Amino acid sequence: MIGRKMMGENMSRPGAGTGANTGIERRNFLKFSVAASGGLLIGFRFPGISMLASAQQALATAFMPNAFVRIGTDERVTVIVNHSEMGQGVYTSLPMLLAEELDADWTKVGFEPAPVDPKYNHPAFGMQMTGGSSSVWSGLEQFRQAGAAARAMLVAAAAQQWNVDATSCRAESGAVFHGSNDKLTYGQLVGAAAKLTPPAHVQLKDPKTFKLIGKPIKRLDTPEKLNGKAVFGIDVKLLGMLTAVIARPPIFGAKMKSFDDSRARSMPGVRKIVAVPAGVAVIADSFWQAKMARDALRVEWDEGSMASFSTAQMMQDFRERAKSPGTSVRKDGDAAAALSNAAKKIEAVYEAPYLSHLMMEPLNCVVDLRADSCEVWTGSQFQTVDRANAAKVAGLPNEKVQLHTTFLGGGFGRRANPQSDFVVEAVHVAKAAGAPVKVIWTREDDMAGGWYRPAFLHAIEGGVDASGNAIGWRSRSVGQSIMTGTPFAAMMQGKDYDPASVEGIDDLPYAIPNVTVESHQAEVNVPVQWLRSVGHSHTAFAVECFVDELASLAQKDPYQFRRELLLKQPRYLGVLDLAAQKAGWDKPLPNGMGRGIAVHFAFGSYSAHVAEVSVTDGKIRVHRMVCAIDCGQYVNPGIIAAQTEGGAIFGASAALFQELTFENGRLQQTNFHTFPVMRMNECPQIETYIVENNEKPGGIGEPGVPCAAPAIANAVFAVTGKRIRRLPIRLTEAV
Amino acid sequence: MLGFSVNGKRVDLDVDPSTPLLWVIREHLGLTGTKYGCGMAQCGACTVHINGEAVRSCVAPASRASGKAVTTIEGLSPDLSNPLQRAWLEEDVPQCGYCQSGQLMSAAVLLREKPSPTDDDIDEAMTGNICRCGTYPRIRRAIHRAAEMVAKGGAQ
Ligand code: FES
Ligand code: FES
Repeated sequence: MIGRKMMGENMSRPGAGTGANTGIERRNFLKFSVAASGGLLIGFRFPGISMLASAQQALATAFMPNAFVRIGTDERVTVIVNHSEMGQGVYTSLPMLLAEELDADWTKVGFEPAPVDPKYNHPAFGMQMTGGSSSVWSGLEQFRQAGAAARAMLVAAAAQQWNVDATSCRAESGAVFHGSNDKLTYGQLVGAAAKLTPPAHVQLKDPKTFKLIGKPIKRLDTPEKLNGKAVFGIDVKLLGMLTAVIARPPIFGAKMKSFDDSRARSMPGVRKIVAVPAGVAVIADSFWQAKMARDALRVEWDEGSMASFSTAQMMQDFRERAKSPGTSVRKDGDAAAALSNAAKKIEAVYEAPYLSHLMMEPLNCVVDLRADSCEVWTGSQFQTVDRANAAKVAGLPNEKVQLHTTFLGGGFGRRANPQSDFVVEAVHVAKAAGAPVKVIWTREDDMAGGWYRPAFLHAIEGGVDASGNAIGWRSRSVGQSIMTGTPFAAMMQGKDYDPASVEGIDDLPYAIPNVTVESHQAEVNVPVQWLRSVGHSHTAFAVECFVDELASLAQKDPYQFRRELLLKQPRYLGVLDLAAQKAGWDKPLPNGMGRGIAVHFAFGSYSAHVAEVSVTDGKIRVHRMVCAIDCGQYVNPGIIAAQTEGGAIFGASAALFQELTFENGRLQQTNFHTFPVMRMNECPQIETYIVENNEKPGGIGEPGVPCAAPAIANAVFAVTGKRIRRLPIRLTEAV
Repeated sequence: MLGFSVNGKRVDLDVDPSTPLLWVIREHLGLTGTKYGCGMAQCGACTVHINGEAVRSCVAPASRASGKAVTTIEGLSPDLSNPLQRAWLEEDVPQCGYCQSGQLMSAAVLLREKPSPTDDDIDEAMTGNICRCGTYPRIRRAIHRAAEMVAKGGAQ
């Protein structure tokens, strides 16, 4: 996912538009195109489009006042969603915004993924994409205005029919009313409303009158996820479609020298074996045949410069690097002087490994390439980029390429690849296949395929004065940039460091008078990119563990120590206090158990966790996690709780289990047994508490992740008296 | 020829019997609700029932189904009337949803064998099913809720 700050610090952010008279651009009536349903498809339905058949019937008269909503004579309200559903609930929260202003009957509301079109661009990031925990706050204005515009036209249409003034009519639950007798449903008004011009200005509701926004409305996509009907990329099936599995380089940067397919060629179902830029593709009738033949290939690789790469050596290099000053990121006061005058000082080096996104659904992509057109089906987080990259390889103009967004079996940033790796390679394979083709990555392919969360090292020095006040902080971060060398380098805004490497340290909120933050950019030929919570996934670990170490140095309680340093930061303080209070911070725990606390700001939201941990026979068990979240005004508290829980589990999985390591250029982990994910029997009880306020809405998909690791690590210290300075947490390494 | 029943329907297929049942179900039978996650019995996304027993279909050769009754998520109940599906709806369990077919199929065997499962029973039965999105707390609640529904007479 894309860090908010990387995208430009001054990006405009739509406010809640509370009852304001806001301008809305006149949009052309969008022609409803049935082409979107793809005549070729068998057994494929778009997510949430059980109403497609009826929508087609209603085609002639469907009312589509703008790009985001279509209303049928059958009363169905279909919200066209320009963000991808990867579990974070956008197919519910964004329709809620629109339906609220439309005064729709919620039981008639459905969703449909948007096609790729500039009108569906992210209002802040200028392209169609999902990331940075930004879908709801960025869609707030768009979806509410779209709903309000549609409602205004339906009301105007009804007023016309009754020959009354529109202001004397009211809309409610999918119908327009006048007086006590006149009622016309939206379905009945479709024809008349479609003839009207969209209003230039719309009045948005007063939040006090909200019926949907702010309520824990159940997700619209749940039913089809319980009976096998939901269509993920891997489920797409086209007539005559073949399946491909690719033999991929075992080392980053390795090039294929030659391959021997004498055995593979004659295996059942194999249609073609071809070299493609990604490796050697085996194209067969079915996945298993393609995979068996792929495994039977003998490929010779020119291993290249990464053949001796090892993460152990790399981290050693990082440690050396941290000994010298880096690029200055932040400088308040004089940290060097403060540290040399400190009564007590401490230094600590924190390390975090490469991580795989490990979406439950491994990467895959379906391509139907014709002479003058190309259709792509995949779970994309990066529609604009993916379509453009597909078009380039297909040799077609962008408009000739259609990209259909399916459900995503998890994204976590991996499906927003700057090079569209999984899409581009599928177009290459389709060129060779001469038929529609689905490329499937095995779990092992997916894990070894790169684009990881970069490994990072943060070396921090801090000091307190004689009365235990923190007076100095100097941190140096070492790691790869996820921006340099990508088309997104512009997001570095001319800075000589990557903001994503230091986000979460550069805005250190604690009242420490002398702060120096430095960054070293490491050049390593391992492809890296954003992973759920991006830089915060490692910076929060370093910062919040070090603040705990400072508290020990000052001989203060870690919660109270933070409080004192956050007195001028009310929203940090708010979540910190809430988590501590709900967790019963001061209540004693049984022997062998301890609590740890952490607080962090990311993606516009404040979050604090308290973890309760036991350590028995060298085994760590997390029993309870209490999470407080302040994401400002919110849309669906049920989804916020789910994302916060899921984020805590995501962060705890990384903290307790996950590490990618390389030896001789080869990844040592292959599948869930060597790169584990938290399981049911390891999952703590999780409680989420949401701060109620009227602040600007922040993100929710990522803010739940960063605090998990430091809260658990600090709790381990509370039990064992030993500090954790490397992830994943290993008691044998505690100091 | 390989013959077995799927969700009550008899099928006869001309497939290599060593092909994992998962891919036969997904590709030959077109039942794509059963998912691929790991291919090595690590994640549970591919869980189906063979004669009522939960099986990781990614490592089960199709021949293992020969002459038997296979149930997939599509056969659990297409109209969402199964108490587990109802409980999953009430707890709003799924996030991305990719693991949920496997979760439900594992939970179905648990509930049949232990109509009022304890948390430990849930741990034991569900630990083979990974959810990367972290829906475990809701799955746990939903299983307890489904058990209550069944106990109150919502026949399974
Ligand atoms: S796909 Fe069978 S257990 Fe993971
Ligand atoms: S809901 Fe996404 S993996 Fe379980």
